[in-house]
Amino acid sequence: MPMKIGVPKEVHAEECRVALTPNTAEQIGKLGFTIAMEAGAGENAHFSDDAYREVGVEVVDDVKALWASADILMKVRAPELHPGLGVDEAELLREGCTLISYIWPAQNEALMQRLAKRNVTVMAMDSVPRISRAQKLDALSSMANIAGYRAVIEAASQFGRFFTGQITAAGKVPPAKIMVIGAGVAGLAAIGAAGSMGAVVRAFDTRPEVKEQVESMGAEFLMLDFKEDEDGAGEGGYAKVMSKEFIEAEMKLFADQAMEVDIIITTALIPGKPAPELITAGMVESMRDGSVIVDLAAEQGGNCALTEPGKIVEKHGVTLIGLTDLPSRLPTQSSQLYGTNLRHLLNDLTPEKDGQINVDMEDEVTRGVTVIKEGEITWPPPPPKLSAAPAAVATAAPKVEETPEPESKGWGNLIAACIAGVLMLGVGSVAPPDFLAHFTVFILACFVGYMVIWNVTPALHTPLMSVTNAISGIIVIGALLQISSSSTVIVILAAISILIATVNIVGGFLVTQRMLKMFQK
Amino acid sequence: MNEGMITIAYIAASILFILALGGLSNQESARRGNVYGIVGMLIAIVATVLGAQVTSYTTLIVCMAIGGGIGAYLAKRVEMTEMPELVAMLHSFVGLAAVLVGYASYIDPTNQLTGVAHSIHAIEIYLGVLIGAVTFTGSIVAFGKLRGIITSKPLTLPGRHLFNLGLGVACIFLGIGFVGAESLGSGMVPLLIMTAIALLFGVHMVMAIGGADMPVVVSMLNSYSGWAAAATGFMLSNDLLIVVGALVGSSGAILSYIMCRAMNRKFLAVIAGGFGTSGGTVVSDVEQGEVVPVSAEDTAEILKNASRVIIVPGYGMAVAQAQYPIYEMTKKLQAQNIEVRFAIHPVAGRLPGHMNVLLAEAKVPYDIVMEMDEINEDFPDTDAVLVIGANDIVNPDAQDNPGSPIAGMPVLEVWKARTAIVMKRSMATGYAGVQNPLFFKENSRMLFGDAKSSVEAILAAI
Repeated sequence: MPMKIGVPKEVHAEECRVALTPNTAEQIGKLGFTIAMEAGAGENAHFSDDAYREVGVEVVDDVKALWASADILMKVRAPELHPGLGVDEAELLREGCTLISYIWPAQNEALMQRLAKRNVTVMAMDSVPRISRAQKLDALSSMANIAGYRAVIEAASQFGRFFTGQITAAGKVPPAKIMVIGAGVAGLAAIGAAGSMGAVVRAFDTRPEVKEQVESMGAEFLMLDFKEDEDGAGEGGYAKVMSKEFIEAEMKLFADQAMEVDIIITTALIPGKPAPELITAGMVESMRDGSVIVDLAAEQGGNCALTEPGKIVEKHGVTLIGLTDLPSRLPTQSSQLYGTNLRHLLNDLTPEKDGQINVDMEDEVTRGVTVIKEGEITWPPPPPKLSAAPAAVATAAPKVEETPEPESKGWGNLIAACIAGVLMLGVGSVAPPDFLAHFTVFILACFVGYMVIWNVTPALHTPLMSVTNAISGIIVIGALLQISSSSTVIVILAAISILIATVNIVGGFLVTQRMLKMFQK
Repeated sequence: MNEGMITIAYIAASILFILALGGLSNQESARRGNVYGIVGMLIAIVATVLGAQVTSYTTLIVCMAIGGGIGAYLAKRVEMTEMPELVAMLHSFVGLAAVLVGYASYIDPTNQLTGVAHSIHAIEIYLGVLIGAVTFTGSIVAFGKLRGIITSKPLTLPGRHLFNLGLGVACIFLGIGFVGAESLGSGMVPLLIMTAIALLFGVHMVMAIGGADMPVVVSMLNSYSGWAAAATGFMLSNDLLIVVGALVGSSGAILSYIMCRAMNRKFLAVIAGGFGTSGGTVVSDVEQGEVVPVSAEDTAEILKNASRVIIVPGYGMAVAQAQYPIYEMTKKLQAQNIEVRFAIHPVAGRLPGHMNVLLAEAKVPYDIVMEMDEINEDFPDTDAVLVIGANDIVNPDAQDNPGSPIAGMPVLEVWKARTAIVMKRSMATGYAGVQNPLFFKENSRMLFGDAKSSVEAILAAI
């Protein structure tokens, strides 16, 4: 009996995403599950019920029945009070079933307790460990990507100018200058989106190793004027809290930049802690009128002192965007990506593809995602074994020992040259002039060959080999000179030599000709 | 024709051969160069045949007709993917001819030299036969390895360096005996023994070299065949043979050097054989991450959405004969205004320049086929890279992991492109036997399957 997956409509106000798209439904179906969803669940993400029916999803009108019958429930938002039914979604869960959604276990202790009481298994899509293997199911990354993109779109709609610089008949338009703070997934997505709209983008991050990533997206990486080498990379690829001196230098940089840039996008988050305040009220005041700040950390308290979570406000002539539902504002895209994350999770959970999930707590990824196992709270998981970014120790370890070879080698060459010279002189002193004449020819020919061959284009190395094959068939001359000998043995040897050397000559030249004919512009 | 006229004819032939090699400096002049080579060869042969020394025309014409027929047949029938085998086989012929001419020269009763001249002549014969014999068996083993008749794994006998050294010392002692020999009979014994040793040495030397080092071996044998011809020229006092031998010898030596540099291997290390045995640890315990497979349809999608594409072919392309569908695909992409270029690593394939010939066979215009140095800087600006049947030449470990057996080898930096799609039959390692971290990179996608059918599937989806 395959397990049944239930997908209800999101009840959170303004939430447009859905945990299942027709595309992911089809692929989940291949894992052996049966799927049921609430009618109209995909409506806000522009997926019609018919599209789901086409790929074999059962569309149900009765929400309660859906919750009660499903073995696995897939949602976007954490369970909350259902406005239509007047009960908490957690209460609708059948005992022993599995819930997969965002949970935020650190912030929602009460919810965790309630869920544990229901004796269910809960998998939190926000708790995917940050290791390379788990990237395909890392919903935070896929949502952050969307948020970063949308942040730029929101900023553009509030900003009174072009992003790109232009020279028009009506005058010159300067490009917009944008600073992105925090070059995680969201930050990089914002850099990419802003850059492709033509803005001049700068980015800052406490982790120096992201410099390359920032530059690869076409932005300038802002460096701190800071002596000590402090690396902001914490465990699991996230940032950590920095020293006091570092923060002072950082704040000075932001203050300088605030006066210069038109748009600031902040994405700085430290896991398990409120978002650090990076843009003070004074900095906001120092910005030009019409500037825009997008605070992607608004939900965790905001990186800017003046942002109001969930709202767009104007203070000191600066528009402060504190929207917390950015991914939901691109519902089709975010549903598709979130749905794919869920599919990857289910794929990992059903190795047999038989529609039965197997929560293997030995698996590092499954262990991290599972925050409640059959009514027992298993959060937080043990720390991950391997960070996405290599630890400093690992990179420093394999240092190659430089052998002081080059120096001695130079002497070796000189000595070899001297020995060769002496030997040559020795040969010259005894050899007959006849031999020396041939020897001259030989050495000169070697040098001619050296000069000529270096000019051969590497693309023609194969024809070079076949043509040298052909001309080394010149050895036939030797055999030709011997064939008229009076000795039968010599004649036989010479005849064989002529035969095989001619194979070389004819074969070599013809195949070269054939090859060279193929090279064309 | 008298001696003077023959000498003039030989000078003309030498110049024509030099022009033939010089012509290969670019594709336009190469064909004319080959014609120069043919004319030079004709002049040399005709002049020799018309000389006073040659009288038995019947035998000569029969032999040349048979040999020419075989040569023409081979040249016509050979598949471009089999070029390495053909080249190796032709090398063995030169080697064998050098041995035979050397023996014939030794037993020639008309040679009445004394004193130093006799000693030098003896040394020339000895060297000619030695190099010829090594070239002969070495090339045959190389041919067998390229054909797949002999396993391409290096044969590493215990104490093989000592063994080689012993053979070398034996050759020197036999040589002293040979040069000092009074009569024909007493010289023949050491010459025969030495020939046997040289034949054995040729076999052992190439057996010990791994499949990936084949380009070096083939060019090295190319060089040997040249030196064998030069040695023959010395023994017959023939300047034309010396010149040609020197040209071919230095050509092969330079090619070997270029190949070695492209693999960051010392020439001696290649000859000593056994890849990866000289130090270097493979770090395999590190979690490699996960490969992301991709379908042919998705690959087509990625390619269509790119504006700059680079294709990196390797030996796998040659094996699968995928060059034709690849060019079809290239043309389709170009029709959609996508820039497509090819990046060739110097040691891709089993012969220097092998990939260029295969692509040329499929009529890929040579101006979009780039060398590693020309194109390596362009990868960061490239949207998609298609790696077809190549492994070690695109391994980032060569730059990042000093402990890797291929550390320091210049590689194509495909991982710097936005997406790198690697077409492979399986997750097997390359010839160097090292895992390739490229496959686990975030921007890498693996397209498993036979290169040809995969390319055809992509072609259908574009």
